[in-house]
Amino acid sequence: MSGGAKAYFKAIHAIVWKDLSAELRSRELLSSMLVFALLVILIFNFALDLDIKIRSTMTAGVLWATFAFAGTLGLNRSLALEKDRGCLDGLLLAPVDRSVIYFGKAISNLVFMLLVEAIVLPVYNFLYNVNLFHWGFLVTLLLGSLGYVIVGTLLASMAVQTRTRDILLPILLFPVIIPVLISALKASNGFLQGLAVADILPWINILIVYDLIFAAISFVAFDYVVEE
Amino acid sequence: MIEVHNLEKRFGIKPVLKGLNFQASSGEFVAILGPNGAGKTTFLRILASLSRPSSGKIRISGYPIPAQAGVVRSLIGVVTHQPLLYGDLSAEENLFFYGRMYDVAKLENRVCEVLQLVGLYNRRHDLVRTYSRGMQQRLTIGRAILHKPVVMLFDEPYTGLDQDAVIMLDGILRDIVASGHTVVMTSHDLSRAVELASRIDVLSRGLIAASVHKQDITQDRLISFYRQAVAETNP
Repeated sequence: MSGGAKAYFKAIHAIVWKDLSAELRSRELLSSMLVFALLVILIFNFALDLDIKIRSTMTAGVLWATFAFAGTLGLNRSLALEKDRGCLDGLLLAPVDRSVIYFGKAISNLVFMLLVEAIVLPVYNFLYNVNLFHWGFLVTLLLGSLGYVIVGTLLASMAVQTRTRDILLPILLFPVIIPVLISALKASNGFLQGLAVADILPWINILIVYDLIFAAISFVAFDYVVEE
Repeated sequence: MIEVHNLEKRFGIKPVLKGLNFQASSGEFVAILGPNGAGKTTFLRILASLSRPSSGKIRISGYPIPAQAGVVRSLIGVVTHQPLLYGDLSAEENLFFYGRMYDVAKLENRVCEVLQLVGLYNRRHDLVRTYSRGMQQRLTIGRAILHKPVVMLFDEPYTGLDQDAVIMLDGILRDIVASGHTVVMTSHDLSRAVELASRIDVLSRGLIAASVHKQDITQDRLISFYRQAVAETNP
């Protein structure tokens, strides 16, 4: 690995390490995401019919709605913490390519989202009596979450510069992530209903393509989003 | 060291800097005074490559901004009235983090050295959110000098500091100047500017309205010099 590439990955690692260490101390971000997610699935548990068949068809929808809304809390908080004490300027002053900051923040957000999902899934399993530990479903969860944070981190960096960031992020984010949510929902439902992999594959392919395209767009656009 | 020609910055249709010219040579300490809204912070943010100029030419150590902003960022240290520190990390962790971002060589040794320099070595494991404003500002300076920059930019560094912290910051600034750094500092505090700086520029309405070397002015005359410079740009 060349010196430049090594410094690039070292800086990404530094941002992820910093975010995880700070979160380990404050637990502000994870606790708010987690409490929200658990409350949503608890409310759905009482609201939905007790019929096991109906419940299993609703699973993907309930879970993705929960993760999408809990995710906006995390994205907002993650960038707001940088902005409020001027730390975003501290990051922007570092002599690294600005995409380092984007990828560092996106990886941290992905870790937080996956941690919340890792806690929510067993709870959902227990409350709804639906087995979620299927490799296909878990891969879909990973690809969907990846697409969500790739777009979410970019838009949160944009929204955090405004006074109405809390309102602006969902308004910007949800129209853009509709392809992710629909594909993830369809693929998750397919795996949980036991459909053939060939029937689900087009949705997985859409997720992969979406993730790649938006990662490339974010790589190019982040510099312009954060600069005055 | 720093050359700025015909710098303009507009936010929408509102011009903030209107063809500003500025120079600072190696080892010089320039204090930029000016009323609120004169464009001091905007000017410093452009020098720090945090804001893109609308037009004009800027070079720091020969490198143009924004074309080679990445190189320039490794040459400058920036201190603002905001600490740019993470409250949930300790002083040592903050410096390690920024050291990795700047790819500082022999980071462990350098972090120890800086913590001793700013007098926080004994409290290096404490979380930054437990620090007083003065201690945070000391650590902010530590963060800014960690990668051994040749140019230091200070934006209102005395804001919100108590008397003890002001005296401490004076000492650190004198050490920075003695070590040969080029320093640009914006301030409202005229007496502090004349005490520390080798040159005083007055920025008013987006232009350098007047400039004077320290040896050419006394502290008593500085106030009338400043008022006259501001009045001339506000007809």
